[in-house]
Amino acid sequence: MPKKREIKDYSTDPAAQQMLIRAEELGIGTAFTRADAMVPCNIGGAGMCCKQCGMGPCRLTKSGDTGVCGATIDTVQARNLTRAIAAGSAAHSDHGRDMAFLLKATAEGKAEGYMIRDVAKLRMVAGYYSIKVDGRKPEEVANDLADLYISQFGQQRGEIVPAIRAPKKRQQIWREQNVWPRGVDREVVEALHRTHIGDDQDPAHILNHAIRTALADGWGGSMIATDISDILFGTPAPILGQANLGVIKEDMVNIVVHGHEPSMSEMLVAASQDPEIIAYAKAAGANGIQLSGICCTANEILMRQGIPAAGNFLHQELAIMTGAVEAMVVDVQCIMQALVGLAQNFHTKIITTSPKVKIKGATHIEFDEHHAMTIAKSILKVAIDNFKNRENSKTRIPQIKEDLIPGFSHEYINYMLGGSYRASFRPLNDAIMTGRIRGVAAIVGCNNPRSSQDYLHNVVVKELLKQDVLVVQTGCGAISSAKLGLMLGEAGLSEVGNGLREICETVGIPPVLHMGSCVDNTRILTVLTQMVEDGGLGDDIDQIPAVGLAPEWMSEKALAIAAYCVASGAYVIFGGASPVSGMERVDDSDEVLKYISEGWEKLYGGKLEFVPSPEEMIKLTLEHIDKKRAALGLPEYDPNKFGKSGDTKMNALEAMPLAQRREAIYGGVG
Amino acid sequence: MSKYIATRAIRGANALVTEADVMLNKALAEKGADAPVSFPNTAYYLPTILGMTGKSIEKIGDLKSVMDYTRGLLHPVPAGKHWTPYLGETLDSGMATLLAAETIEAIRFVYGLQPEPMSEDFILSGGTSYGGANGHGHLNGPIDDIQLRSWGIQLVDGRMPGFAAIVGCAKNNATAVKIVRELQRRNILTFLSGNVNGRSIIHQLQEEGVELGYNTFTVPFGTDTISAIYALGFATRSALTFGGMKPGMSREILLYNKERVFAFVLALGEVDDLKYAAAAGAINFGFPVIADTVIPEILPTGVTTYEHVVSMPFDAIDGKDDLEKAERLVQKCIEIRGVKVKVSNVDVPVPYGSAFEGEVVRKADLRVEFGGKHARCYEYLQMAKLDEVTDGKIEVIGPDFSQVPPQGYMDMGIVIKVAGRQMQQDFEPVLERQVHYFVNGASGIQHVGQRDIAWIRISNMAADKGFSLESFGKILHARFHEDFGAIVDKVQVTVITDPALHAEWLEKARAAYDFRNKRLADLTDNKVEEFYSCTLCQSFAPNHVCVVSPERLGLCGAYNWLDCKASFSINPTGPNQPIKLGKLLDDRKGYWSGTNEYAAMGSHGVVNEVSMYSIMENPMTACGCFECIVMLIPEANGVMVLSREDTCMTPAGMTFSTLAGIAGGGLQTPGVMGVGKFYLISPKFISSDGGFKRIVWMSSVLKTSMADELKAVCLREGDPDFMDKIADGNSATTVDELLAWLEAHNHPAMTMEPMF
Repeated sequence: MPKKREIKDYSTDPAAQQMLIRAEELGIGTAFTRADAMVPCNIGGAGMCCKQCGMGPCRLTKSGDTGVCGATIDTVQARNLTRAIAAGSAAHSDHGRDMAFLLKATAEGKAEGYMIRDVAKLRMVAGYYSIKVDGRKPEEVANDLADLYISQFGQQRGEIVPAIRAPKKRQQIWREQNVWPRGVDREVVEALHRTHIGDDQDPAHILNHAIRTALADGWGGSMIATDISDILFGTPAPILGQANLGVIKEDMVNIVVHGHEPSMSEMLVAASQDPEIIAYAKAAGANGIQLSGICCTANEILMRQGIPAAGNFLHQELAIMTGAVEAMVVDVQCIMQALVGLAQNFHTKIITTSPKVKIKGATHIEFDEHHAMTIAKSILKVAIDNFKNRENSKTRIPQIKEDLIPGFSHEYINYMLGGSYRASFRPLNDAIMTGRIRGVAAIVGCNNPRSSQDYLHNVVVKELLKQDVLVVQTGCGAISSAKLGLMLGEAGLSEVGNGLREICETVGIPPVLHMGSCVDNTRILTVLTQMVEDGGLGDDIDQIPAVGLAPEWMSEKALAIAAYCVASGAYVIFGGASPVSGMERVDDSDEVLKYISEGWEKLYGGKLEFVPSPEEMIKLTLEHIDKKRAALGLPEYDPNKFGKSGDTKMNALEAMPLAQRREAIYGGVG
Repeated sequence: MSKYIATRAIRGANALVTEADVMLNKALAEKGADAPVSFPNTAYYLPTILGMTGKSIEKIGDLKSVMDYTRGLLHPVPAGKHWTPYLGETLDSGMATLLAAETIEAIRFVYGLQPEPMSEDFILSGGTSYGGANGHGHLNGPIDDIQLRSWGIQLVDGRMPGFAAIVGCAKNNATAVKIVRELQRRNILTFLSGNVNGRSIIHQLQEEGVELGYNTFTVPFGTDTISAIYALGFATRSALTFGGMKPGMSREILLYNKERVFAFVLALGEVDDLKYAAAAGAINFGFPVIADTVIPEILPTGVTTYEHVVSMPFDAIDGKDDLEKAERLVQKCIEIRGVKVKVSNVDVPVPYGSAFEGEVVRKADLRVEFGGKHARCYEYLQMAKLDEVTDGKIEVIGPDFSQVPPQGYMDMGIVIKVAGRQMQQDFEPVLERQVHYFVNGASGIQHVGQRDIAWIRISNMAADKGFSLESFGKILHARFHEDFGAIVDKVQVTVITDPALHAEWLEKARAAYDFRNKRLADLTDNKVEEFYSCTLCQSFAPNHVCVVSPERLGLCGAYNWLDCKASFSINPTGPNQPIKLGKLLDDRKGYWSGTNEYAAMGSHGVVNEVSMYSIMENPMTACGCFECIVMLIPEANGVMVLSREDTCMTPAGMTFSTLAGIAGGGLQTPGVMGVGKFYLISPKFISSDGGFKRIVWMSSVLKTSMADELKAVCLREGDPDFMDKIADGNSATTVDELLAWLEAHNHPAMTMEPMF
């Protein structure tokens, strides 16, 4: 009998808890309760179910079991994992493809409402590929770049180009292992082919292709998506934002955007500031329009315009439950089908916009970049028209929200460490080398209702900060820290170890840097590359004292990210359950698990492990960081060595009465 | 940064930029956009602006675009809570402060407010030339290119380890003096500016009678913080002059300074918004900031090599009195910048260091002199067998100067015996020449000349403190061991005032000088099998290589072939390496397979061939510290020789400063070459292009200061009156004037075969 958890065990977020209480009052089910009701399939969860052909599905549950075709457990697991990675890569990369087409349309002047906002980034990116920039108009450069990027998806032979931005040594490894992707689509197609019945049946060989498919995501589709988003909508820089359900406003028309691609959400942001639309909202009796985001769409507009985030993945249902959302506008990825049924309890309209995504029962207003502004306005009008249907009696908005400073793009981090003239990663590398910063943890990924929402993220983040580990985040993990106030400069003074505090205070940064949406994990890749290039931390990514974690992962995209991070040299720790966990009682059902750890580490210096306990995640993270520090010959981490600099003393002196203060600061008169 | 510093620095930056804006608008209205604006004797316009933005500012109107750019670098102060990062923003605001400060000083020059006036009795001991009552009644203002270049070699060879930009006012006068003395003792160039409540360290030092100026390595810029910009202009020009950077290569210029120019800012007394802002600007250069008051510290590293900002509250420094505290403060500064300092521990009763080398002992301060008009003084260094020398033995034979009346004179001879397994007779003159530098390093002692025309003065101050004849011995013993320990194991010094012995040793010394002269005359390029490389300047000019031969000394004038040979013996892995000549490829132009190979390797492939004797074909490159520039004047079919002391216009249409930009930076430019002045008298002086007789124009400074040597060359060349045929700045400053002069004086170059 499935066990029902208490509300406090569903989420550590008090805003979420309030909404879950409300859900109980209304007798509405959510992902949390459905997770209780739905026991995961233990055979599928172990990766030991093969449903690749009509001879099965085959459940391999005993030592020595094979499928009807004779496929062994490790082959089945490798195939399942590879298919998941291929799906994740496909999702990210298809997002990248759409962005490339959008860039092309913008360059041709055929994309209504879009423009090239960041010419500097365009020129820089074009420069990587020797596209001529001098003396050319941005549109001409963008046109060439769009053509090059579009070609990466359908390219059949050779090497995808963005990967040349990796450290030289890493590139050599990819060539030696023959995993440099030839073309994004080709690798995904080949992954599906190889895992079809009767094809590739050597697990290590299958998994090597999983690496190649994932690299086509991280150093291909995703990187393309990030580049183009920055070019069209501006490279993020720090800005004040807010997070959590409290950003939904009672007196406003609330529109929540949810999904992943910025092309539509950015246009909604622009349209929501149009005086005509604001007037239209006021005419409808509202004080204006409040746009907010869920999931990675939230991150895209939060990073660039400071548009508040209503929450992360598991907040999508809860936002509707406030009863104050006129429309939830969704595009692609991580959108629960449950939204439509849930929304029927309220006045909320679920509006699907992507030609790729329709949900039965939802309103579909198809988005087309050629008429983006017009469509954006019409979507807003649908929401505004719905304002009158809001039932105040059903409105419950948790008054909980927290400020944050997002916007840490690679470019800004470079700037913030030295200004316009001396931009570099030297101060960061120095901080790691001296031991002020023990190491870096990239804590990314989803929410998963099978664990308490945000709990694993928060436990791990908070402890690592105390251990002087600088944390960078993307995706839903980032929003979990934002909700706790960890993305504020103040947290850099109070929530961290002494050494990290000095760095936060020197630069003025929060101890947890919000680097964007989940496709923006590529920012972490290029940041790590520059850390290598700026010197002192070895000559490849695998030597940096850094770890990647996804404590609450759930999507196939997360697995793709994990695989490309491993291939880039990172130690990746996933929380929750492994999709290839095997079964303790079945011999050899841990072969794949071992291979993606030890086997991949031999080839790439990175490895993927699944660790359910947060304490264990922290322990492994610190051990790995310390191991890498030792290998680089860096001084052993010492929590008590640093912390002398900063404002504390000065602020205390400044608070003294004038005469006393003078004496204390400037000394006696000689 | 810290939020506190960021807040104050950004506030200070905004205020100064506004002030510069106001001043610029006023100047535009009153003086007009076309009014010229410049700093004295520099080819680098307003150097910080030139370096950082690439703009050559010549008129007030040009400053408008600078101010537009500068405003773009400003940022708002960090929010009280929920702030966005501020480090990059503060550094940018700091840069804005520097650009605004330079703009303000430039406008002040237009209004005659720079150099800053002082009381009439203020006299600079060497400074930037302004014409008129030079050096009297005003501070120095910016350092000119001449001084920058003449300090060049010392900066690059480490004798001058860096500079300290002191801003503010010390706790008291004694502390101020002590701080400066401690810096001088370490040969650290000291720049002075700023004040606290109107009182500047410059006032403090002036009151204490401390000699300020180029000669004592202490340059008073101005009594406000804004004048500290001259320190950064100096730093920027170092990169442009020696590093081969081009205007506008801001990042490279700043990194050059971080890596190679060991400088720091020492803030004395209250640090106000503007000082914080200027300090933020200096941090861009990799220069750390040390304050003697409580300020927030920034200890993480990165923009600077070590800590960014350090607070050493003066009262809290461990030390028994203010003087000891001052000493510790200076030590800490040096530590933080990672300045490589060699301190000579010389046991004499006066401060010692090469910052005192330039000190002049004036007649009024004179206790006693040796040599000069009325007496004979000589110095003679001799190598001896190991068992003939007692190390550390210092003998004074004859009376001391206690019986000599004030401002009197007496004869003296200094005989130095050295022994060592690596010692060679060829090194005798190399070592003997060091006596000048070693003796001069003592504060209150002045040394001029060499051999038997040496002239030494002891000041009253030094004599009062107990400086004696024996002190000369102590200095020489200590310094020979320190600098030449690798070749010298034992040093013994005899100071002779006894008349009979004085005469006896003078004779021996003269015989030795004579022998050496002959040896030197015999030492020609074709009699040796190896030349020497000199890469001393590569710390500053990374691709420049000097090839030093017996007949062509280094362009800085400081290293000849014997020096290099000795230096190689001292440090076999050092900057002077033997270059095996290998196959002679071209006798006339001076190509050897060995020199070419070395040039390619030493220049990292930038230069592939180097001719030792030609200015027209693959001439030797230069860093920035050359003594002279030789340049082709095509119309005259000859060359001009321009000394770095010469500020006048030349027939090439450019002054030294401007020309130096073409000659330096480690690039080969046919027709232009930086050389040491003694190369002019070498038979190999551009011998493949026609030699000495190609000289059609020469700085009058050279004509006078090298009159005897040049006269001898004329005789050698068979044209005793040749010097009279060479024009100078008095007779020709244009090509037309030059041609007329050459015509009138029947200069041989006019009829020689074409140079190219």
